[in-house]
Amino acid sequence: MGPNLLANYGEAVSAILFCIGFTNLLLQTNLIKKIIGLNVMDSAIYLFLAEKGYIAGRVAPIVVNGVTSTEAYINPIPSGLVLTGIVVSVSVTALMLSLTIRLYTRYHTLDLDEISAQLKKEGK
Amino acid sequence: MSKKRPAAEYQKTFAFRFFRWLSGAKDPYLGEVEMQPQEEYVPDPEAALRHEKEHDAILDKVYDPERNMEMKLFRKLYHATSILFCLFLIALLLVTISWLPAIGTVERPVNNEVAGRYIENGLEETGAVNIVAGMILDYRAFDTLGESHVLFVATITVLILLRLNKTEKNEAEVNDRRFEPKNDAILQLAATFLVPIIIIFGIYIILNGHLGPGGGFSGGAVIGAGLVLYLNAFGFQKTERFFTEKTYKWICFFSLSFYCLAKSYSFYTGANQLHSVIPKGTPGAILSSGLILPLNIAVGLVVACTIYAFYAMFRKGGF
Amino acid sequence: MNFICNFPFFSILISLFSGTICSVLPAKAAKVVNRVVIAAVGVMSLILLLYLLSTGESFVYWMGHFPAPWGNEIRAGVLEAGMALFFCIIMYLSMAGGAHKLYGEVVESKHNLYYILVNLLLSSLLALVYTNDMFTAYVFVEINTISACGLIMIRQVGRTIEAAVRYMIMSLLGSGLLLFGLCIMYDLTGHLLMSNMKESVSLLMASGEYQIPLIVSVALMCVGLCIKSALFPFHAWLPDAYGYSTASSAAILSSLVSKGYIFLLIKIIYRVIGFDIFNSTRIIDVLFVFGLMGMIFGSISAIRENDIRRMIAFSSVAQIGYIYMGFGMGTQAGMVASIFHILSHAATKSLLFIAAIGLTDVSGGSRKFVDLTGAAYRNKWAGAAFMAGSLSMVGVPLFSGFISKLLFSQAAVQVEGKMLASLIVLGISTVLNAIYFMKTVIRIYTPARESGYSIVTFKDMKSYGIVLICFIVLNVILGVSSQPIVDMIEQGLAMFA
Repeated sequence: MGPNLLANYGEAVSAILFCIGFTNLLLQTNLIKKIIGLNVMDSAIYLFLAEKGYIAGRVAPIVVNGVTSTEAYINPIPSGLVLTGIVVSVSVTALMLSLTIRLYTRYHTLDLDEISAQLKKEGK
Repeated sequence: MSKKRPAAEYQKTFAFRFFRWLSGAKDPYLGEVEMQPQEEYVPDPEAALRHEKEHDAILDKVYDPERNMEMKLFRKLYHATSILFCLFLIALLLVTISWLPAIGTVERPVNNEVAGRYIENGLEETGAVNIVAGMILDYRAFDTLGESHVLFVATITVLILLRLNKTEKNEAEVNDRRFEPKNDAILQLAATFLVPIIIIFGIYIILNGHLGPGGGFSGGAVIGAGLVLYLNAFGFQKTERFFTEKTYKWICFFSLSFYCLAKSYSFYTGANQLHSVIPKGTPGAILSSGLILPLNIAVGLVVACTIYAFYAMFRKGGF
Repeated sequence: MNFICNFPFFSILISLFSGTICSVLPAKAAKVVNRVVIAAVGVMSLILLLYLLSTGESFVYWMGHFPAPWGNEIRAGVLEAGMALFFCIIMYLSMAGGAHKLYGEVVESKHNLYYILVNLLLSSLLALVYTNDMFTAYVFVEINTISACGLIMIRQVGRTIEAAVRYMIMSLLGSGLLLFGLCIMYDLTGHLLMSNMKESVSLLMASGEYQIPLIVSVALMCVGLCIKSALFPFHAWLPDAYGYSTASSAAILSSLVSKGYIFLLIKIIYRVIGFDIFNSTRIIDVLFVFGLMGMIFGSISAIRENDIRRMIAFSSVAQIGYIYMGFGMGTQAGMVASIFHILSHAATKSLLFIAAIGLTDVSGGSRKFVDLTGAAYRNKWAGAAFMAGSLSMVGVPLFSGFISKLLFSQAAVQVEGKMLASLIVLGISTVLNAIYFMKTVIRIYTPARESGYSIVTFKDMKSYGIVLICFIVLNVILGVSSQPIVDMIEQGLAMFA
């Protein structure tokens, strides 16, 4: 173990959340729960990035009263990356949800294994 | 007035025979046509057993965790390895994080000259008071161009999956009318108050994107939420007056084209060291910071339409 | 700056913009736009390649008004331009070869959406090839994933939608790991541009600071990209996705989409971490072992398969194993062999998929081997093309597969410790390849008794025949004149560093 585990507690939380989301995406057979897992995983990464930008005692990077000194503001780059990442995860969630709707109207179940079983029984 | 016939005479009429045939009281062919005597059905126990066996074999072969032992074992193994893998991943990430530079401090590789220039010269070079907006729409605009196309390609896939053709649409319409609430007085009154406020707030967020917290995506999402509320309160018939699939298509097309062309111009002039004719304006004024405001408006339009389109597609497969 | 230096930027933007344009065009016009864009990008990449070969130097291109650590950049060298050219050729041929199947398998009103997806896929592949920025790479990886998912499920039968769900789940796991690794890397270096990252990484390695997080972040990015490119244990989604999607999609997915991720991994290895540092980690051993396992298990699954399209799909798993084995050797020669195999596999696999639909069409649409008996007599061109592809896969001289196997063995001989394993597995895998491909070839050339299926001649489908000929010629070119191509790959790798 390194020296900074306690100092980086925010990042540790985000890492645990990431793994919880990852497990859900991998393990759940219910498609909606899988999508929830996906969103937890993505949000954990954004939390991780937000922690990266933080500097104690500084304010959000919006210029106030014309002060443009690096001493005044936190790092703007991670915030920008989070903005981009959020759009990506919205798009992916919409796609997954519509796939789920399609499968549900066809097979009347959200269980991915059951859908596979039905497909195999159809034999197509 | 008709007279009553005697029963014997009546039984000879066509009508009597027709109704008797209709009600199935007598088979008209029975006794009239030569027929093969039919064998009585005797269930063959051997064949039934064979059939059952085949059925079982099929069930065992196909994916049925209740019966297929191999599948059952595989599932258990899969769960166990997944859990082990995730515990391993947690441990790995925690160890990694314990070695990362401490957060909240200044002496980290992240706080280098890159972030420094964004903060110090951002106002001057991009004209945006909001440094993050200046960064994502000017310094690193290529990412953001890609990001808006991620949203675009996601809508295309949703359209592929859920858009219905004409005949299916009528059925969906009927279902939608039946299952979704409509003409709810409380909802309609609340929506009459809230929708204009929500949409104006969304427009404010978009127009204010270079001056404070906000921007195209968040503002567009707020406007989209307003539209969805309006749709829920008043139903598709009202929204169809101003928002159809065609409107959606053309708004998206024009906004994304504008985005692509404007950014291409800025990339091209930047890479070839040409002078860009886009004025920066006074920082802090509403008409300032070059392309950032028009780009925010374009993104806002796309996002608002996309959110509404997602909802309409999920609800009934069309606008 | 020479005007030709704008070409990478133009090719990305044209293909991105054409996706937007296709959204308001009718299907026929969208098809024309799609073909024109692919051809135009191909021509631009060819000119760029010739220009780069004459100057012998790579260049960076600012995406905006700001120089390196602040702005966004793309970068072009011989390898990038060559890859872009090759991707365009394969994509054009796959689209042309599978066009007639689109009418039967995809609803007429959704054809223009299909072309949008293909255009955006092309732009994301080009961006992955040219980009010099890790976060841009992540964004375009997502475009690539979503449009690939669209290509799978545009033919809407139950199997493809289920395959699309499984594909998305695996891909999202991969993207999550990639993004997490990227964030850790950003935390350690403070940069997102590849060249600046590499400088910081070499400084960190020299000072011995942050060793553990550095290795972990590299490992996370590698695993993410391995999952996305369907390396052996992560290939469960692949057979259904390739086997049941429409023919053009299957050809494009197997030959281009996974190759885009692999090319990004090569870029990360060379331009972010540095080849020597990457080789000093244990990651290459892991890649090596999984590559070898993929080679064997992919082939075994292919032998057990009774469906021609799924068999070809499983063969892809084996071939991706070859590529990762080349990475795992940790030498320049192994890398060259892997990159050559990317080209060779892309050319061969799309040929096989396109030829397979010709064979199944004359067998009443059935993909079972029983029904395919004698199919090569009913459609002579598809039969010949399938045989050519099979010979190339098995590694018969004159075809591209032979050269890549030769390069792999040459590379293996130079590596101590991994020589025996790689040579033995190469041998076993070649035999297994031969078993299932020759089985199919013999099957399609066995004269059938009265079948009642129609016979297709060259006149009936000219464009399809021409596409097959182009594919065979491409394969033979890769096989016969391999030396200039290998030289080009070496030159490109030298420019990478």
